[in-house]
This record gives sequence, C-alpha cells and structure tokens, in this order.
Amino acid sequence: MTFIHKYPKAAKVSKANFIVAFIALAIGGFFGFIQALHRTDVFRGFVNSGEYYTLLTGHGVLLALIFTTFFIAGLFVWGVTRSLDREPENMAYTWSWFWLMVIGTVMAAFTILGGLVPDSSIRAAVLYTFYPPLQAHPAFYIGLAMVVVGSWMAAADWFWSYSKWRDDNPTERIPILSFMTLFTMLMWYVCTIGLAIEVVGLLIPWSLGWVVEIEPLLPRTLFWFFGHAVVYFWLLPAYYVWYAILPKLSGGRLFSDSMTRIVFIIFLLLSTPVGYHHQYADAGISVGFKFYAMATTMMLLLPSLMTLFTVIASMEHGAKQRGGKGYFAWISKLPWNNPAFVGCALAGIMFAAGGFSGMINAGMNINLLIHNTIWIPGHFHLTVGTAVALTFMAVTYWLLPQLTGRKLKFKTLALIQPYSWFLGMTLMSNAMHRAGLAGVPRRTAEPEFNTNAMNFEPIFGTMSEMKWQIAIGGTILLISLILFLWVVISSWMAGQKSEKPVDDHIPEPLSGVEHTPAILDNMKLWFALALILVVLAYSFPLWEMIQDGIFSPGALPRPS
Amino acid sequence: MHIHKFERFWIKLSFGLIAFFIASVIYGFVSMDLKVVGDYQTIDPQNLGETEFAKTGVREVTKNGQTEYEVYVKTMQFAFQPGTASPIVVPANTRVTFYITSPDVLHGFDLAGTNINTMAIPGQVAKLTTIFPEPREYGIVCNEYCGPAHHIMEGKVKVVPKSEFDKSNLVQ
Repeated sequence: MTFIHKYPKAAKVSKANFIVAFIALAIGGFFGFIQALHRTDVFRGFVNSGEYYTLLTGHGVLLALIFTTFFIAGLFVWGVTRSLDREPENMAYTWSWFWLMVIGTVMAAFTILGGLVPDSSIRAAVLYTFYPPLQAHPAFYIGLAMVVVGSWMAAADWFWSYSKWRDDNPTERIPILSFMTLFTMLMWYVCTIGLAIEVVGLLIPWSLGWVVEIEPLLPRTLFWFFGHAVVYFWLLPAYYVWYAILPKLSGGRLFSDSMTRIVFIIFLLLSTPVGYHHQYADAGISVGFKFYAMATTMMLLLPSLMTLFTVIASMEHGAKQRGGKGYFAWISKLPWNNPAFVGCALAGIMFAAGGFSGMINAGMNINLLIHNTIWIPGHFHLTVGTAVALTFMAVTYWLLPQLTGRKLKFKTLALIQPYSWFLGMTLMSNAMHRAGLAGVPRRTAEPEFNTNAMNFEPIFGTMSEMKWQIAIGGTILLISLILFLWVVISSWMAGQKSEKPVDDHIPEPLSGVEHTPAILDNMKLWFALALILVVLAYSFPLWEMIQDGIFSPGALPRPS
Repeated sequence: MHIHKFERFWIKLSFGLIAFFIASVIYGFVSMDLKVVGDYQTIDPQNLGETEFAKTGVREVTKNGQTEYEVYVKTMQFAFQPGTASPIVVPANTRVTFYITSPDVLHGFDLAGTNINTMAIPGQVAKLTTIFPEPREYGIVCNEYCGPAHHIMEGKVKVVPKSEFDKSNLVQ
C-alpha cells in the first residue's frame, strides 16, 4: 500500500498540480536556454533583442510563479493528506481552486506569448516584477490575480482539513508535515496582502484605463512587500523536504522536532518585513526604514543557519546508521546512488553558496556594488533555481511512485540528472556572480556596450570566459531538464505497477514532539505577531507615499 | 525544550555572525561614508521643464567655501541626458553630487563596476555624492528593464584632472 491506494482522490489532485508545474518548467526552462545563448551572443537566431524580453517575462513568470506554486500545491496536498490521514474535505472545492489557478495561468501565459506575434496588441513584456508605468494587457494582471486567489483557496482547504482533524484529535500535537504546511501558508497570507492591494487596487483599474496616471514607487513597494516573502514561499517547501524527507533518504531521522517548528515560526514572523532590502537603491524611502529591513534580513540568517545544522546533523546520523565513521569520512557512506537523495543534498550545498552571496545582497551599502547586476540572477539561480527547483525535481523521484503506484524507470538517467544540474549551475552561476562584480547588468538582451567603445573590467577572469561558462552552463541545464522530464514521463506512463513502488516510511525524529513546548503550535499567536511586525515595518513609509494621493506624482503608462 | 549542546553552540555562533554583518554595514556608513540614497524629493515627472531638470548637465556650486559640482541627469527611454549623446565630464578629487530622475519609466543609473548605482524612479529624485579619486572613464549602464530597446541605453562619465577641467560647458 502506498499513497495512491490509501488516498486515491488526493493523489489525483497532487498529480494534476504536478502536470501543470512540469509543463511550466519545460517551457520556462527552454526560454532560459534561449536567453543564455542570446545574451552571451553565442547564438541569436531564435528571437530578436526586442522579443528577448517576452521570453524573459515567460521564463520568470512560468518558473518563479507558476512552476513553484503548482508544485508546492501538489506537495502540500500529499503532505496534509498523509499526515492528517484524511482525504480533502470536499473534492468540488479542491478542484475549483485548481482550475481557477489553471485558468489564471493560461490567461497570463497567453498575454506573454502574444508578444511573439508581430504588431500584437496583446503583450505583457513587463518581466515577473511588472513595474509600472510599463503596462501589460489587463488579462495578464487578472490571470495572475486568479492564481493568487486560487492559492489562498488551496491554503484554506488545508486549514479546513486541519480543523476537521482537530475536532477528532483535540489533544494531539500538529503533525510535523501539516505544521510546516500551515505555517508556510500563514506566511503566504501575510505577504500576498501587498500583492493583492497592488494588483487589484492599482494595476487592474489602471490597465483597464479607469485611471490614467500611476505613481511608480507605490506599486513597486507593494510588490516587494510580497516579493521577498515569495522567495520563502518557494524555499520553505524545499526546507519541508529537507526536514521531513531528506533525513529518511540518508538513512536516518530528523534531528529535532522543536527546532523544525521554531525555524518555520521565525520565517512566518520575519519573511515580510524585510521587503525594503530590494529597494536599497530606491529614492523616496528613508534610510532608516532601509536599515530596519537590513537588520531584519540579517536576522533571517538564523533560521537558515539552523536549517544547515539540522540538515547536516540528520545526514550524519543517517550515514552513521549505514556504518559511516569519523568527522568527515561518513560523507562517503551516504546514498550517492539514489537520485532523490543526491538531488536534495546537492541542492543543499548550492543553497549554502547562494546564502553567502545573499549576505552580500543584504549588506545595505555593499549591495550597491551589485544591485541590478547579473550577480543577482546568479544568486537566485542558486537559491530558487537550484535549492528549490532541484529539491523539487529530486523529491519527485520519491513522490511520483507514491502518487502513481509505479516504479521509477531509467534510474541511471535519473541519477545523472541532479549531478548535471549541479554542474551546469556551477558554471553558469559563478560566471554570473563575477560578471556582476564588473557591472554587467541583469535583465538585458545585449549587455555589451555598443556605442561608447567602453568595456566591463572584470576583477577576476575574462569577459569571454564568463560568457562561455554561462552559455555552456545553460546548455547543460537544458539537457538536465530534458533528462528529468524524460524520466518522469516514462515512469508515469510505463513504470512497473507495484503495491509498494518505493519505501515511503518516514521515521520519528531523534528529539521528538514530546520535547516540544505547546506554545509553538499556537497559530493565532504567531500569526498576530507576524501582522504586528508587518505593520511596524510598512505602515509609516506607505503612509508617506500615499499622503499626496494614491496615484500621484503620476506618470503616464508606456507600452511594454 | 531539549536543545542539543552542539546546536546551542551553533545558534550562538549564528547570532555572532549576524551581529558582525550588521556591524560591518554600520562601520561602512560611519567610517567609510558608504551611504545609500534616501528620501530626498518628490517631483512631477510630467513637468520636469518647470524644475531644476529643465537644464540638465554639470553645475558649479560653492559649499562651505569649497568648489563642488552638481550633475542633473534625466534617464529616458533609451538615453541618459547628459551621458549618452555627450559624456558627463567632471574633475577628479572633487565632490560631485548626482541628481537623477526619470520622466517616463523606471531606469537604472549604474557606473559599471562601482557603487554609484541607483534606481531612477518617475516622481522621485535620487541624490548621491561621490569623489572620483583619479582621471578615468566610466561606462553608465541602465540596469533596470525599461522597454524594448533597453539594451542600447548606455552612456559615459569622463573624469578629468582638475587642471584640465573645462568650465565653458557648465550649466548656469
């Protein structure tokens, strides 16, 4: 018996979400490959430089917003159902949020791809940050709003399951998988307030022409109210995998139940008040607020460093169960031939590297050296592009058999996949970081100086070597992506059917829930505290921005 | 609550690291004058002609008995004015303050490879001060996506020795 046999309805929902996620991953990943060749001038035959921004928007929206949201929904349906031991309460409701998100996704994708049709008025080349006064077609904003509303309904679905379970189990502690899900979604509710106000209150009326002028700084600030917490919305499900599943894959047990809960609580509290750290270089926001955001951001290092400890401690415990010895020799006893483990472990290593460049980004004045340079995409291709995406791909090798009742096919290809992703990303991202230090900008089809005969001056290495590492790294990543899709599709369609296609048992933590203080499960308390911290960080600067009128000083819309 | 002694040690170490990072930022602010742009002035982006930005370019001012320079720059789809058609020329070893705004969409104003790097936001004026230590040329890059020809938006800053600085091009 595995998941699909016990919970056939939930398995179907999870699988439907994974299908959308993987389609978005395939298209968005292919766009990324084209961009890597185009902006390095290795091959510019796919699109012209004006159309590049359409692909860049597609890459960002499909991967950062659509792939992640759908995969997370599929993962959480699995975890909530399994840990509470109950199917979703009402399948019509569950499918309604899924289809709402799908329709929203199709609308947004349609407006973006419209940019590839010559002279099309349906365009949305506004990138995934969609800063006004660049304006997209209204269907772009409405589609994205539908995805977010769908995700709210999904979260409500899991709270509904939890409250029914609570009725039946009044004295039990929240099972850890559900705990991590619910706290992630509480954080999501807090941070999407900013996005909802921006999109529904400002951008939709403006894109429909009901108001003409818009003040650029206010929507930008509301976007970043949401925009850094969304990073943790991607990352916390990866942490969920590292806490709940990675220890098991290494042959051991989770190190500490209470520390896991504390880490998720800190993320709920601190994820949103840090948004100004994306606006260190913005005029119109006082240095004091930037400083507050900087200090909060640095505090967020704590839960990530604690996660580093737990992940390594759990893996060491696992390796020692398998006969590992010594301070470092145990590493060789880890299951380096299991694709699910390898993907998660390599993703964790990349996250440590991404964390270091993140500390530079967080350092308010040091940040100016790399603000909006290609260092930034170099950084987040380590965090979201590897720590999150590779973890999701890796855990798919373990989840898919549970959701389909079929064994994984092509295990060798599945094993090559995470190693090749790691290699491709190492090449691409180290070059992006170094090019960023020389001042090479992000978000551009042609970073070279064209008219002024200037050159970027690298501190280390040469421009041409970095260019080739980006192009070759991007190509290896595309190959790795194709391997992943090939393994998933063939296992899904033709894997050998089995009653127990994978070992899906998750052992108890070393330091279990009996050591965990009850206050950690008090969701109302932590949610209220999170709201207070957001009000402290945002109320005064937002008030300053809207005092002279919500749409003033106003700028006119420009076509994207 | 049970916390393993190694984990206790690790958490203390983490707090130390966090304190160190925050201290390093403050040290930069206080001792090295590494500041970030703040809230200087809002402006009507559709009527820049009635503001200081009507005449963009380099101006000479006297502050505390010292000769300094102010540079007013408009960032527009898809040029810096001045900067793209003609370079911004300033002397070395002198305080230079940039005032930057945009009449249309968001842009970036980045002297490639340096920390002179700010957003140009319609409705806001970014103010930043620096001293260029020696004569050399810097490329200006727009590092925020601003429309279909974003990648051609670039300019130049030319830092010349104080003795060779030609004051005939200054804006009055």
